[in-house]
Amino acid sequence: MAENAAAATGTSTAAKLGRREERNMLGVSRTSRYIAHAILIIGVLIVAFPIYYTFIASTHSLQTILRPPLPLLPGDQFFENYYQALFGGVGRIGGVDAWTLLLNSTIMALGISIGKIAISLLSAFAIVFFRFPGRMVFFWVIFITLMLPVEVRILPTYKVMVDLGLIDTYAGLILPLIASATATLLFRQFFLTIPGELIEAARVDGAGPWRFFKDILMPLSKTNIAALFVIMFIYGWTQYLWPLLVTNSNSMNTIVIALRKMISFADADTQWHLVMVTAVLAMLPPILVVLFMQRWFVKGLVETEK
Amino acid sequence: MANVELKNVRKVYGGSVEAVKGVSISIPDGDMCVLVGPSGCGKSTLLRMIAGLETITDGTVSIGETVVNDLGPVERDIAMVFQNYALYPHMSVYDNMAYGLRNRGMAKDEIDRRVRDAAATLGLAEFLQRRPRELSGGQRQRVAMGRAIVRSPKAFLFDEPLSNLDAKLRGQMRVEIKSLQRRLGVTSVYVTHDQVEAMTLADTLVVMNAGLAEQIDTPMAIYEKPASTFVAGFIGSPAMNLLTAKVADGGQGLALAGGGSVKPRDTVLPEAGREVLLGVRPEHMVVTSNRSTADLTLKVTAVEILGADTLAHGQPADATQNGGEIIARLPGGTKVEVGDVLPLAINPGMAHLFDAATGKRI
Ligand SMILES: Nc1ncnc2c1ncn2[C@@H]1O[C@H](COP(=O)(O)OP(=O)(O)OP(=O)(O)O)[C@@H](O)[C@H]1O
Ligand SMILES: [Mg+2]
Repeated sequence: MAENAAAATGTSTAAKLGRREERNMLGVSRTSRYIAHAILIIGVLIVAFPIYYTFIASTHSLQTILRPPLPLLPGDQFFENYYQALFGGVGRIGGVDAWTLLLNSTIMALGISIGKIAISLLSAFAIVFFRFPGRMVFFWVIFITLMLPVEVRILPTYKVMVDLGLIDTYAGLILPLIASATATLLFRQFFLTIPGELIEAARVDGAGPWRFFKDILMPLSKTNIAALFVIMFIYGWTQYLWPLLVTNSNSMNTIVIALRKMISFADADTQWHLVMVTAVLAMLPPILVVLFMQRWFVKGLVETEK
Repeated sequence: MANVELKNVRKVYGGSVEAVKGVSISIPDGDMCVLVGPSGCGKSTLLRMIAGLETITDGTVSIGETVVNDLGPVERDIAMVFQNYALYPHMSVYDNMAYGLRNRGMAKDEIDRRVRDAAATLGLAEFLQRRPRELSGGQRQRVAMGRAIVRSPKAFLFDEPLSNLDAKLRGQMRVEIKSLQRRLGVTSVYVTHDQVEAMTLADTLVVMNAGLAEQIDTPMAIYEKPASTFVAGFIGSPAMNLLTAKVADGGQGLALAGGGSVKPRDTVLPEAGREVLLGVRPEHMVVTSNRSTADLTLKVTAVEILGADTLAHGQPADATQNGGEIIARLPGGTKVEVGDVLPLAINPGMAHLFDAATGKRI
């Protein structure tokens, strides 16, 4: 209502000024709208074109790719290239096929995102809802780890993994990346906004801490969980340095590592068509996660439940 | 169902803030006790101690014959209705009401029967599948009530349950709560700062001030014989007029501090020379035609026409200095104008005397 009224007065004022057609509700002129759109379109092209080009290259034979210019339209090698990558065992990385690589990456990304969310939910739950000795100390310790990303603590972490015999295992890939101060703080902030009355109502209704967590806290956090899942999945999927260190065997490689290994310094040795296929495959799961989860958190944003 | 007994209950927050300073109340089975008082006087704190949501620093709370000091809300078997309803936003109305029963491990069909009964009683039958955010304020309030009644607890506890509703709905819900409570016969404690709610709902009214119970009695007894100037000022609207006065020599009347004198009928005056506060409710004064029978003459400084009543504000006409404002509630349609001088008679026996120093009733 209020917006309509504002819009109506806006238009009538504009009409009085005799420039009605040139202005929309926000009072932005048509010309500047065109310019804004042009900039956005250019931006999209800059981002999208390399991806499109990668896809095009993945449908041509190696010979075509090596003989520039590369055509701008898909070639006829789509099925052959993808079949070879997925089932044939990609040459330079020791006969591991792309399925294995995708599986490794998926396990790692899922492990990291689910693990991070589970751990952060629980630690935020403890910090916000329980009064235990040293609560603030723990809070600050978690907070301080924000300043210690994987790269900073990579050598000691590597040593620990070696001692535990976790080199070349999924646990080794996942565990060191699970602790997350960011997610813990995010959940903490959210939990602090939950009204005290709701917590007390649950107590009166006979919900102990575990029931409260499961029946009330988790459902209320689901949009936060969805958003974090997307972010953390992509974070896990794109990990490079840690998987590089902690995996030796080719069959434990993630797709990102494998992609790097496939590119040889001598250009002639590189099977560019398969590299392109692998690149496209590496991009797909994060895109799918974003597309699928987006519906969830947009829904969550529209239906604010609190 | 059970009686609720508070004995010398105290609450000290963080070792220094004494929110409740020793309150004893005895609520018979099935009665409704209303705690009323200004903001920050400790009403909610007291209620939450009964609920088991707050630890009890000192004293005992018993429900039935059991001392419940060390029991949690569940073992105390109470149900609470919160000011902001505290409905679970992600659950349907049905689930909101059923949740507490499920946690107690009740059988599914029994839960279903109780929830549908409560929904029918409260007129919520058609909303059972909705989420709280799809309901109006009044409907949410009913769901919160429903969540309490499905449990058939030993006691209902209400913390300002109507303060988020508009005036009309509040009046309507007030009546509904009262009749529901009567019908179910569940002992209830109801916190409010609205004196109309307090008067209409209470079997026992507790007027609280700064962590203490100033007076505990039936609403009518409190209205008729307020124990202190605080209670006198809090219960009744507009508030009771309080005038500083001194008992005249020979005990023949009261000399008002602002000038002039009053001789209330049917009132026993204390010893001469004592400083007192004379309290008269605005509705206990009438305009007399005869100046000689008037106790007070009011020089009108403002008039409020409310329809059913007319409120005349003013000062005693023979006041030589400002001795406090007086409000008289006159029948609607009384012709009064600013500047009029009204001869007023205090209804016999309707003058209240309080000690000037302590504020206690004499
Ligand atoms: N958790 C707490 N810690 C310290 N002091 C508190 C706490 N809760 C309440 N108090 C204090 O105790 C006193 C009584 O609070 P309480 O909430 O019982 O007031 P109330 O009578 O319910 O007021 P209102 O009508 O505003 O709800 C207040 O002075 C308040 O500041
Ligand atoms: Mg309160």
